[in-house]
Amino acid sequence: METLTGLILIFISAALINNFVLHYFVGICPFLGVSRRVDTAFGMGCAVTFVISISTMLNWMFTSFILRPGAPLPAWVWRTAGGNPQTQLDLSVLSYIIYIFVIASSVQFVEMYVRKFSPPLYKSFGVFLPLITTNCAILFASLEVLKHMQDPANLWSLPQALTLALGGGIGFTLAISLMAGIREELDLCDVPRPLRGAGIALIVAGIMAMAFMGFTGVEKGVETALTSLLR
Amino acid sequence: MDKEGPTALERFINGVLPENPIYRQLLGMCPTLAVTNAMKPAVTMAAATAFVLICSNIMVSLIRRLLKPHLRILVFTLTIATFVTIADRFLAAYVYDMSKQLGPYVPLIIVNCLIISRAEICASKQGLAVATADGIGMSLGFGLGLASIATVRELLGSGTWFGIHVLPAGWPNWGIMALPPGAFVTLGLLLAVVEWGTRRRAATGIWRTVRMLWSWRHSPASSSSS
Repeated sequence: METLTGLILIFISAALINNFVLHYFVGICPFLGVSRRVDTAFGMGCAVTFVISISTMLNWMFTSFILRPGAPLPAWVWRTAGGNPQTQLDLSVLSYIIYIFVIASSVQFVEMYVRKFSPPLYKSFGVFLPLITTNCAILFASLEVLKHMQDPANLWSLPQALTLALGGGIGFTLAISLMAGIREELDLCDVPRPLRGAGIALIVAGIMAMAFMGFTGVEKGVETALTSLLR
Repeated sequence: MDKEGPTALERFINGVLPENPIYRQLLGMCPTLAVTNAMKPAVTMAAATAFVLICSNIMVSLIRRLLKPHLRILVFTLTIATFVTIADRFLAAYVYDMSKQLGPYVPLIIVNCLIISRAEICASKQGLAVATADGIGMSLGFGLGLASIATVRELLGSGTWFGIHVLPAGWPNWGIMALPPGAFVTLGLLLAVVEWGTRRRAATGIWRTVRMLWSWRHSPASSSSS
């Protein structure tokens, strides 16, 4: 039960309290660029959620078996090659290169797969897929997972990593859809000329960030509620 | 032969102001908003980005004849990732506290659209000198952008600049400026100011505006009415 509570807390924290866009500022480029209409914004959000889950899962595997300090695979190679078994290997210096490689190739594979097996899905968010490679949010999720893989005694499991990715993706979808809704209304408003475009979008994002700051501290209440509920 | 394109000097000047990465092209928004709560992290970030941008421009320009069209983005990204790893290890070794404070934003330089767009637009098409000049110009422009936002946020948020107290002691610190909403609103307003400035300069010429204001201040009509 404790794990379930932990997972729910990770999810709420990633989606609402520390929203990827409005708290960590990752994924601002699509947040400003693809938020003119609600349906495209929602499509982009879904594509990001999809890719972020897949690439975080793959990156969790790479991290846990190869990259983290004391990972099993390099240790095995080291022992087989006759190295001193006491040495602790740490390949995390390679993590950025491996992560971006995994992300780029998984985006490519997802695009090919979706185009082949689900044309309607490809039609709805396929156009966004190439854009996603340079989306900070995807890399950021993997980096957050890496942060929790440093201490061999307290590693994140795959469900935890996946929950963080899903929460982040859903939080991104929420933020970008809200933004697109506001911007559709803004088209009808008389915005001062220099502020039109990105300026007013950023100010709206600022107000949204202020609203999302209201979620600070929610995790405590959720935790107490969940523990009393699940006991 | 290289394709015709802007010269090194044009590239350099373009990067600083006319095509400023932050205010004109809206590229690299993630570090722009995230690390500008004070001058020190902003300057460190600008330096790290400059290192990566210049090195990757040089490297991409050197290998531009070997690039295959369908693999080029991957090659760019891996080149950038290599240099980012170097920058990250360097920061962690020599300015550990700053590296801790910047946290995930140093590795996130990899996905900074600015660097990949310069590789695509300039370095993969033009020679070494032009690519280097472009890298330096763009880095300067990016640094100026970061510094301007950080100046506003640090001054209003804590009354300091590079940690030195500038505003009088009674200044009420605007806590919100150091938090995410302050970042969004500051950048939005600065964008509007830049947009307004260029528009006016295009319309009348900024010096004419200044002279007009000056003459109005000193004209007998305004002094007699006041």
